[in-house]
Amino acid sequence: MKLIDANKLSDLASALAGAGYRVVAPIEDSGVVRLKEWTEGAAIRTDVIPVNSAKDFLFPPSEVIGHWDIDGDGFTPRDVRPDAPKTVLLAVRPCDAASLALLDTVFNWDYRDDFYNARRQAATVVPMVCTAADAQCFCTSVGGAPDAAASADAMLRSADGGAKFILEPLTDKGSALLGAAGDAVREGEATADPPAEVPRRFDVEAVTDWLSRNFESDLWVTLSLGCLGCGACAYACPTCHCFDMQDEATRRESVRLKNWDSCGFGLFTLHAGGHNPRPDQAARWRQRVMHKFAYIPERFNLLGCTGCGRCARLCGAGMSMSEVCQRIADETRKALTHAS
Amino acid sequence: MRPDPEQAAAVQEPRGNLYAPITMTIADSRDETYDVRTLRLEFPGEAERAAFFKKYRVGMFGLYGVPGAGESVFCIASPPTRDRYIECTFRRAGRVTAALQDREVGQTITFRGPYGNSFPIEEWKGRNIVFVAGGIGLAPIRAVIWNILDRRDEFGDVTIIYGARTVADLVYKHELKEWQDRGDVRLITTVDPGGETDDWKGEIGFVPTVLEKVAPGSENAIALVCGPPIMIKFTLAPLRKLGFPDADAYTTLENRMKCGVGKCGRCNVGSLYVCKDGPVFTIEQVRKLPQDDL
Repeated sequence: MKLIDANKLSDLASALAGAGYRVVAPIEDSGVVRLKEWTEGAAIRTDVIPVNSAKDFLFPPSEVIGHWDIDGDGFTPRDVRPDAPKTVLLAVRPCDAASLALLDTVFNWDYRDDFYNARRQAATVVPMVCTAADAQCFCTSVGGAPDAAASADAMLRSADGGAKFILEPLTDKGSALLGAAGDAVREGEATADPPAEVPRRFDVEAVTDWLSRNFESDLWVTLSLGCLGCGACAYACPTCHCFDMQDEATRRESVRLKNWDSCGFGLFTLHAGGHNPRPDQAARWRQRVMHKFAYIPERFNLLGCTGCGRCARLCGAGMSMSEVCQRIADETRKALTHAS
Repeated sequence: MRPDPEQAAAVQEPRGNLYAPITMTIADSRDETYDVRTLRLEFPGEAERAAFFKKYRVGMFGLYGVPGAGESVFCIASPPTRDRYIECTFRRAGRVTAALQDREVGQTITFRGPYGNSFPIEEWKGRNIVFVAGGIGLAPIRAVIWNILDRRDEFGDVTIIYGARTVADLVYKHELKEWQDRGDVRLITTVDPGGETDDWKGEIGFVPTVLEKVAPGSENAIALVCGPPIMIKFTLAPLRKLGFPDADAYTTLENRMKCGVGKCGRCNVGSLYVCKDGPVFTIEQVRKLPQDDL
């Protein structure tokens, strides 16, 4: 099997960068571990779940999708193409990779968004099996697992008590990556460490079922009371994909940008005529939960949540998607108890 | 239901820029009211024109824009039977619509479309059509009206009930006159109480009330209702009372959109994308949606 010493991940990153990959990895940055582009000397931290998700590198926070030269009242379009460098998403998490099924679907059902597709095709996805989980992790509640290999091109597995990683290619892209790794990877034998124990916190089918009958529930007000409407949860979420389109211009040129947006913002659905279908935070928070656990399952037979817990780790008001789902699952149980 | 990677659509070979519009020239500009304008737009070339009309069916929408300001969604207000140009009618309400209204004849704007579904008018041949519109909601209805009048022999009786807040807010006034003067259209116009002028000869009253009073027959008939959300809401009861089945009554949803192509998530209502599954819906479909999200 192919092995890397745990303290030599930077050697692997260096070899891959030398082979022409943009290497994205969990890197400590001002005291926070985030997924970012690796540069020589940066320390890769596999012991902390990064605050951001891998979606940032496939569907970036802001992306140019139009560009015009402006001359008085006239304008001339420039050809705009996606900026899609060959990229490895190294030591991301299985909950990052799990989001790709949904992102691939949304950006390709019917019309195809080739800004996403170009980046997705240029990306080699190398998740790391999680050997530790924190109180916010709930992948096992939404069909995932700390060692899930869905959408992975290769897997990194911690081995020999954390001393080594086993690099296991799963696709042609993964094999190509292994070929580019050179001396950073050696042949040897090691024993894989057990994946993290992630307790199952709720029955997701009970949640989806409750949602299908409780659009009007008073519980939405209670559940949303803490929400500040800041959008941090959507930005950290590996599956949230709603975006805005905005123009930024000088007198000479104008660019059109595709920017991350969030259904938690009051302006998201505001009509030009003043009507707002979701006028308060309860309606907006309901949309967030409904979209992930009822509408996306109905539409695409997928879930809009991978149980990564990033939203809860970031939320300034201490709101937690898994707690909301537990609460909803409890409501179902209560209803069943009353009925019997 | 469990996430199932097998269900995921395959990522496709990159091909082009989905969001790149074409450049259209303003061939004509007409003020409908003090803040509503209609633009007639011509295609940059025959290839673009032919590609558009190959896809265009009445009810579809487009994204109209000015680089530097952005894009806005409006219906295509002209019918596919008039295939040299398209028209759009819109109120000056924000940055994009102001920029669009500031453009003059001979200048250019950007356009993407046609997008969305359409009114199934081929299924309506031989049936009577009742149009109910309020304010600028006449724009999508007007495209259907002309589509049907341009193929007049294929359809039964045409009744149009159109209202606005005031006489000044009525759009397409010259066309209202044209429909009034035709022998094969029944047109009833109305303004809200207090919105009439001294020489107003139409009805005075809200659209739902006037609809009930005019009482068009529902037998062998289709109804189309477009207007502000509050008008549509109060029109549903009279329509039912008159015997129009929910499956034979149509409307368009006007949710805020950005991409127009089922990606940006803004127009989601329930599991639907208004931009892809709509904008045309039957009242039967609308009743099944989460009402508070409309």
